[in-house]
Amino acid sequence: MKNNLSEKKFKRSYGDKIFDIVNVLLMVALLIVFIWPLWFVVIASLSDPSQVYLGNVLVLPKGFRLDAYKEMFAYERIWIGYGNTVLYTVVGTLLNLIMTICCAYPLSRKNFKPRKVLQWVFMFTMYFSGGLIPSYLVMKNLGLVNTRAAMVITGAMSVYNMLIVRSYFLNSIPEELNEASILDGANEAQYLIKVALPLSKPVIAVVGLYYALGHWNDFYTALIYINERNYQPLQYVLREILILSETIESIMQLSPEEIMRKLQLQQTLKYSTIIAACLPMLCVYPFIQKYFVKGVMVGAVKG
Amino acid sequence: MKKCFAKNNSFFAGLRKELQRNWILYLMIVPVLAYFIIFSYVPMYGVTLAFKKYNAKLGILGSPWVGLKYFQRFFTAYNFKQLITNTFTISAYYLLASFPLSIIFALCLNYVTNKPLKKTVQMVSYAPHFLSTVVLCSMVTLFMHKDTGIFNTLRNLVGLESVQFLAKPEWFKSIYVWSGVWQHMGFDSIIYISALAGVDYQMHEAAIIDGATKIQRMRYVDLPSIKPTIIMLLILKIGGLANVGFEKVFLLQNDLNKSASAIISTYTYEVGLLDSDYSYSTAIGLFNTIINIILLVSANAFCKKVTDESLF
Repeated sequence: MKNNLSEKKFKRSYGDKIFDIVNVLLMVALLIVFIWPLWFVVIASLSDPSQVYLGNVLVLPKGFRLDAYKEMFAYERIWIGYGNTVLYTVVGTLLNLIMTICCAYPLSRKNFKPRKVLQWVFMFTMYFSGGLIPSYLVMKNLGLVNTRAAMVITGAMSVYNMLIVRSYFLNSIPEELNEASILDGANEAQYLIKVALPLSKPVIAVVGLYYALGHWNDFYTALIYINERNYQPLQYVLREILILSETIESIMQLSPEEIMRKLQLQQTLKYSTIIAACLPMLCVYPFIQKYFVKGVMVGAVKG
Repeated sequence: MKKCFAKNNSFFAGLRKELQRNWILYLMIVPVLAYFIIFSYVPMYGVTLAFKKYNAKLGILGSPWVGLKYFQRFFTAYNFKQLITNTFTISAYYLLASFPLSIIFALCLNYVTNKPLKKTVQMVSYAPHFLSTVVLCSMVTLFMHKDTGIFNTLRNLVGLESVQFLAKPEWFKSIYVWSGVWQHMGFDSIIYISALAGVDYQMHEAAIIDGATKIQRMRYVDLPSIKPTIIMLLILKIGGLANVGFEKVFLLQNDLNKSASAIISTYTYEVGLLDSDYSYSTAIGLFNTIINIILLVSANAFCKKVTDESLF
């Protein structure tokens, strides 16, 4: 509320008081609903597997131990996946940003004749696509299936993000700056690099973050195009560990109690793996959260 | 004839002038355009595969035409009805649950006067949106596990039997929908929160003077003010009704819950990439895209007629 003064001038009615109380209670309840599952993953990964199994771990970790993390560190596939994901995220985001800027800038120049036509050419792909198999066949014919390149080439640019950047160039950078630079002898490329891009840092940051998050979380591309184990990104490896329950060690020659212990450890291992996959996000989330929110707003007013 | 030639000539002269002036811009956009032609427009041509019998040796161009054979095969397939029903019930259920809830959430949050509480709720509610689908689905499978899952542990504590949630078709849709609501409700509400921040406070003052309660202010001041935003988003959501997220359904799917979880996109994947029945898969995919476009256009037309708000 912008103006709390006028709110206070009037006596709150009985109904409003009840509303306020119920509302606060509702928000606190929602807070718990949102945070508890995430918190549970954290405490379960740090607890004694048998305590998790018995349902004793609800608020705080019980029987604190780091076995799950030790087991995870020893599992090589996770590290290969991690390395691949970092690589794909860095290279992919760079490629995304270059493509987006190279596409958005000309489309934002009013003296660029074919801009209307080209914009339709790009926007049409948002509503109509060839679908899975035709895209797959193109990739296959180009020899891109089962290569690292496939991970960054599919979805090298999002038209939606390009439109956001384009409307920023169009509406937030004064046309006079361009005229002045051209008068001073700069060409379009110099103007873009020296004037327009530095002024567009906020929108580039927002779009870059969305791209990076997309690459970090990407599972679909690997499912369709990558079979080679050494090229698989973290999310793909995670799915094998977490959902398909790939057995990490042979459990055949163990006693029943040992097997039970192993199975329980495997469950906790899953919690620690989730933490590992989310850790980079968790660390930066509080700082970059506002940029993502900004991104929603920018998208909402796009013209 | 002469005139035409002159016109043509001036067209080329104009083109040369334009190229000379804007060559840098052309240089920038041509690679991007080439990318979209190769990776978006060539596959669009590839949808003709839906009307051809694919032969790897002959390629898409050389394969013989078979007309609507694959569409007929799909319409008469034993699982056609199941796929359509599942696709639309899952997305309609999700829309009905998530759409009003994110609006209500934004409205309630807007009336929280305690700033730190408001900020905390906002920040925490956005967080699940950033989890990857794989992580979300693993959390779901872990929490729903028959022996070790927390839901069943809690059920046991109050004396209820354990349920193997993910093996029961009747649970699948609710699991899908409510985990999705949990993940996206906060983030979806951002747009309404920002729309609500733009509501003219004088209207609220007037309502307060007239003795309106907070609930009445929500109903008669806030809701009408954010109506354009709501309608725009509703059109988009309805347009996407046939587009159930492939990843999440695929990850939560298993042989036991398949009767409730088989949807068009997972079937396209199975038929296309697992069984290598390229033409059939393309036909199903094309059918899905066409439904999407029809839905989007008709939702837009409907809203235009009823409320004068529209997307295009």
